[in-house]
Amino acid sequence: MRIPVETFHLDNGLFVTLSEDHTAPIAAVNLWYHVGSANEKIGRTGFAHLFEHMLFQGSAHVGSNEHFELIQRAGGTLNGSTWLERTNYFETVPSNELALALWLEADRMGELLPAMTQEKLDTQRDVVKNERRWAVDNQPYGTMLEKMQELVFPPSHPFQHSLIGSMEDLSAASLDDIAQFFATYYTPDNAVLSVAGDFDSKEALALIRDYFGPIPKGQGKPPLPSMTLPPVFGSRLREVVPDNVSLPRLFMAFRSPIFGSEEYYAASVASALLGMRKGSRLQRALVRERQIAADASAFTFDLAKASDLLVVDVTARPETPVGQLEEEVEREIDLLYRDGVSDEEVQRAIALIETDLVASLQSAGERADRLSMFATYFGDPKLVNEQADCYRRVTAERVNELVSERFGENNRASLIYVPREGVESETMLAAAAGAN
Amino acid sequence: MVTSLRPKPGPVRGYRFPRFTDQILPSGIRLVTAPVAKLPVVTVLLIVDAGSANDPAGKEGVAALTAATLLEGTARLNGAELAEMFERLGTSVESGADWDSAFAKITMLSERADDAVTLLGQVLSEPSFPEREVERLKAERLAEILQLETEPRGLADEKFSEFLYSPASRYSKPDEGSAQSVSALSRSDVEQFYRARYRTGLTTVIVAGDVSVDDARTLVEKAFQEWASGSARGQQLIATAQTSQKIVHIVDKQDAPQSELRVGHVGLPRKNPDFFPTLVMNAVLGGLFGSRINLNLREARGYTYGASSYYDWRRGPGPFVVSTAVQSEVTAPALREIFLEIERIRSDRISEEELSLATDYLDGVFPIRYETTAAIASALASLVIYGLPADYYDTYRMHIRSVSIDNVLAAARAHLHPNELQTVVVGNAKVIRDSVAALEIGEMQVHES
Repeated sequence: MRIPVETFHLDNGLFVTLSEDHTAPIAAVNLWYHVGSANEKIGRTGFAHLFEHMLFQGSAHVGSNEHFELIQRAGGTLNGSTWLERTNYFETVPSNELALALWLEADRMGELLPAMTQEKLDTQRDVVKNERRWAVDNQPYGTMLEKMQELVFPPSHPFQHSLIGSMEDLSAASLDDIAQFFATYYTPDNAVLSVAGDFDSKEALALIRDYFGPIPKGQGKPPLPSMTLPPVFGSRLREVVPDNVSLPRLFMAFRSPIFGSEEYYAASVASALLGMRKGSRLQRALVRERQIAADASAFTFDLAKASDLLVVDVTARPETPVGQLEEEVEREIDLLYRDGVSDEEVQRAIALIETDLVASLQSAGERADRLSMFATYFGDPKLVNEQADCYRRVTAERVNELVSERFGENNRASLIYVPREGVESETMLAAAAGAN
Repeated sequence: MVTSLRPKPGPVRGYRFPRFTDQILPSGIRLVTAPVAKLPVVTVLLIVDAGSANDPAGKEGVAALTAATLLEGTARLNGAELAEMFERLGTSVESGADWDSAFAKITMLSERADDAVTLLGQVLSEPSFPEREVERLKAERLAEILQLETEPRGLADEKFSEFLYSPASRYSKPDEGSAQSVSALSRSDVEQFYRARYRTGLTTVIVAGDVSVDDARTLVEKAFQEWASGSARGQQLIATAQTSQKIVHIVDKQDAPQSELRVGHVGLPRKNPDFFPTLVMNAVLGGLFGSRINLNLREARGYTYGASSYYDWRRGPGPFVVSTAVQSEVTAPALREIFLEIERIRSDRISEEELSLATDYLDGVFPIRYETTAAIASALASLVIYGLPADYYDTYRMHIRSVSIDNVLAAARAHLHPNELQTVVVGNAKVIRDSVAALEIGEMQVHES
């Protein structure tokens, strides 16, 4: 199963990808800016994400919040999201409103700054601080992402600092900072625009040239500091986080091959055979058979630079001491490392991944997002059609190579949440320490 | 410079909700099939009239436990083997119970549908409910309940239902059961519930995707041959409010940086003549990003990351709720604004612009809601569960379009009850109690969390 992909480059550097599908009168617009929290300076963390909010506050020809209103009035859905390496903005609209979605994206790419005011910045800063309270500070395990980044990336590595930012840095953000960050990164030559769904490619491209063509090319962005990391941590990393949680939960991370590399697919299969659905190793062993865990899963961060992370996530049952949780997860990883995987496990994982791949391509928004992703990271949106093959090529032998390179004791980082009350009990702490 | 000329919409391209057939098989099972050939994917959604509203008193959670335990073994295969077999076919069954039905759902590549549906038939018709797995799933539910103690959002939702409905109402307790009710459940409760409610006459199989009507029928007839026939009456639902007085419940969470707020009252059943006006009214009040409550609390004041309102549509009258989380210090002013917005939409007509924002959105977004086989199956399930007419999705947009400003005002006056509002705040009582008390939005009760 393949989706059609056409690519174009505008003179200002904007990379355009189009994928027609006329089964329903729907069109999805998706814009990836190749800027994420990794591009932030220390002391100014949280900018890429704060921008996600500011980009809905109006531009030269669009009022504050009008972007939301116009798209919803058109019967569309929209949002944005921020990650370590990229920020994306997207709309899915009835196809007769495609021009509106494109124009709105062009207006804020071309002329955001005339509409920016201190008042808007202040309000959105408060909104983001409340987002932080809601999603991070007042949510059990909500600090996982930032604690994990701190634990597994060396100080000053671009992936090391918080994505949503600290309260201090958010308070310190000035209008000038914002303007400079915008001028540097939100330029056509640092973006990919994808459109998927019900449209005529010629007409869509004409609209894109009209709206985006006049936007000047950027001045270039400062290079990221060196991202390179050794393939393994080199030693065991471990942090215990006493927190306001009910159950101990262990996140164990492994450095793994970067997203899109040949070895990445083996790592992704390893992650699925460890923690995807009930038939996975951790679910079977820890949840079903030994009943020490309430839940178990595994996932990859999908980082395309430096090093990816594969993370195993296991929540203890109430009666399971944290030391036992850690020991039993370690034992499963040791077993994997020592004995490797079977062909049957690999086939199970690939079958599940393949269904998810195909099912997700039903949505125009997903198609557009994947086109943008492959274009941004690798300059080749057609890779969207290679994914199933990349997974099918993975064999038990390749997974075993990956496992012996990446699952040894020198490449495990454990982030362990324990209930705050539990910490007062010395036996529990001793047990946690003893598992080292 | 980007052109300042706003583009006008092009001509609207027609859209119809996928055609479907609806038939009763000789076994008594109802089969609804929507052939959609866009991608080689099929979703099979099986629904049984065996939802949590049918939990007997004292056995709250048995419907959910039964639906979950279906996957834990059959006469021929144990739970691990079942999971393995489904997953080797690239799918896994999601099963559970919501208030109005039990369900089992699989999505797979169409070439594997035959094997997967056959296996699903086995799961539904010959479950063995192993004692050990019943006990394990109970323990996992108890772990989940324990997690709620430190999870303010879930805790606020649960406390709101508990304080809203009379203790005799099934809706006053969590759909998956409380610690007390779940602990007391046994294997035989599960088996009895299964025998009472899992019958062909109470079952609908919905097939959506890359499959023909004939093939779907052959497949389902073959897979679900041996199953208890007949029907059974459902349990009478009590859904009365606990009190007619306004009460403010503060669930104390020391050091909480935010207050989770829930404000509302008993709402309406899904099937009611005012459904469309009420839907549009709520969209204006709190159902959209551009709704009054969100623009007020988030965009004008920066109190919150988001605020919304909704009617939780069920067969019985589910709750109407305004839901948000605000910085602790602004708890009282945020509550004041919520109460004012509920008053305002009842006292004055909404503007033309507000009406058209809501109706243009609900009308326009319609095709976007049904892009996937899973979404189409779930829409068809609603027809069955709530007994909606077969042309419901064909007339939906016309019904939305026909709602007027006066209809919205009438719906607000009929279905929002400011004098019955119950308020739940999960937050730091010390910081908020005096200022909240000063609002005079009801007698205050403070609870330990």
